[in-house]
Amino acid sequence: MSLSDAPGPRWRPAPLLPRDEEREVSLHFVVAVLCFLACLMAVGGVSADRAARGWARDLRGEATIQVRPRLGETGDEAAARAAEAVAGVRGVTEAAALEKQKAEALLEPWLGKAVLQDLPIPHLVTVRLDRAHPATATDLKKALDRAGVDADVDDHARWLKDVERSAGVVRWAVAILFSLTAAAAAAVIAFATRAGMAARRDVVEVLHLTGAKDAFIANLFQLRFARLAAVSGVFGAGAAAAVTALIELVGGGQGFTPALPLTWMDLLTVSPCPLVAATVAALSARLTTLRLLRGTL
Amino acid sequence: MSRQPTPRAAAAYGAEEAFDPTTGPVVRFQNVGMRYGRAPEVLKDVGFTLPVGSFHFLTGPSGAGKSSLLKLIYLANRASRGTVQLFGHDVERVARADLPYLRRRIGVVFQEYRLLDHLPAFDNVALPLRIAGRKPQTYRDDIAELLTWVGLGHKMQAMPATLSGGEKQRLAIARAVVTQPELLLADEPTGNIDPEMSLKILRLFVELNRMGTTVLIATHDQDLVGRAGMPVLHLNEGRLSRKATRRAPEPAAPDYGPELGPEYEPEPDEPELGYDLGDEEGEA
Repeated sequence: MSLSDAPGPRWRPAPLLPRDEEREVSLHFVVAVLCFLACLMAVGGVSADRAARGWARDLRGEATIQVRPRLGETGDEAAARAAEAVAGVRGVTEAAALEKQKAEALLEPWLGKAVLQDLPIPHLVTVRLDRAHPATATDLKKALDRAGVDADVDDHARWLKDVERSAGVVRWAVAILFSLTAAAAAAVIAFATRAGMAARRDVVEVLHLTGAKDAFIANLFQLRFARLAAVSGVFGAGAAAAVTALIELVGGGQGFTPALPLTWMDLLTVSPCPLVAATVAALSARLTTLRLLRGTL
Repeated sequence: MSRQPTPRAAAAYGAEEAFDPTTGPVVRFQNVGMRYGRAPEVLKDVGFTLPVGSFHFLTGPSGAGKSSLLKLIYLANRASRGTVQLFGHDVERVARADLPYLRRRIGVVFQEYRLLDHLPAFDNVALPLRIAGRKPQTYRDDIAELLTWVGLGHKMQAMPATLSGGEKQRLAIARAVVTQPELLLADEPTGNIDPEMSLKILRLFVELNRMGTTVLIATHDQDLVGRAGMPVLHLNEGRLSRKATRRAPEPAAPDYGPELGPEYEPEPDEPELGYDLGDEEGEA
């Protein structure tokens, strides 16, 4: 009896599911593109969130006082008095009257130089607040009243609400788009699993009739598509990281634009992508396989 | 592989009668009918039993329902009516999750082989053992020996597509018997192989039968049936119309070895064959 053709002691059984190179290349591409888009969305979301937080922080850290001078008092004098009055308030780190030239410079782009000469320029005091424990508009108003300064205090609350609302919208939009992308990836994997089971119905039937449990067969498809998605995830995440790095390089150290401040740390955002893609694919393939098998004896 | 159902499976079966592994019956059909969709019944009022350790041929013309009957036994289809019991358990009452445990007790040689084309011969034979959770090291040598025995020792790494019809058939047989199943079903197992190899395969079946495996072989090969000298279940137009115990023709029979043919006699302790046929008809 010759056992010459027998496998050696290190023999390991071959994979039970045949590879389908042609279908897998297409699937790799689709899943990689979805991962790429999801990663860009994640990076964009993180960046937008950072921008919104920065704007909110800036708004919370400042207040503006518009001063109306008393009779016989110049605007500059009134502004100086107001700055002095609020400078001692707890939660204020700095208060300074805005010089008339600076105020005009702020308005000039909107109104033009000629018009400015005929307009009463508001007398403003810019107040920097302690970020940890900022003074409230009420605190500032009380201090101004005590000093006999007729003024209005703007703590930017209205703008702050708008910024926070916008930031919330961006966060939800990113979460929804990310979920849609993941759902699309899951649907693609489910479709591929269904197609794979149909294409290898012979394999599934033989396994089934030879006594394989549903979980055994589901594991085969689950592992196949999890591996595929993980590899696709690496490519998609890599491409997204490359694009992020390019934007960071083009934008310089300060970020691409003030509206989308990126950092090198944002590259880490894409790192869970292969794992997430594999998990989504594994779940989708498993559930699809089990559902299809449940229809058999 | 355990030959007994798991405690969970046993509990789930809710068997009406206890299955005695020494007496069986392994298979019991009672008034079984089967149809595909809304088509007419392909099996009608079929009733029979296969005791433990029995060896039967299932014969009948094409379209008589032989393959359908086997499909009911290896749990590829459900009966439309009647009762099918396997190892003492009504298959209709067995939880779906426990059916794999029953299937693992049955070896099947499919008519169309059903080999996995992407796996080498060796891996095809290893399939039932992998499914049963055995470690590769524990069965590697057994498979090599079995493949050598069926004449495929030099083609263990060959892909099924490169094998001839007869080689595929032998590979399918090796896969069916590798677990030493309690029940072996074969659908035309000698359809594509030469007489010499047919006999060798039959000897393997007989050997397995002597070791306790219950065997049911569907075949058109009347010559093989005649020479084996085993009882016959005959299907005609979906009805199990007769039983017969054929004996090999004495004069012209070639020498098939001591186990078969004229010299073959059932073991003294072989269980009594039991039948539950409507209109039995003996045959010389």
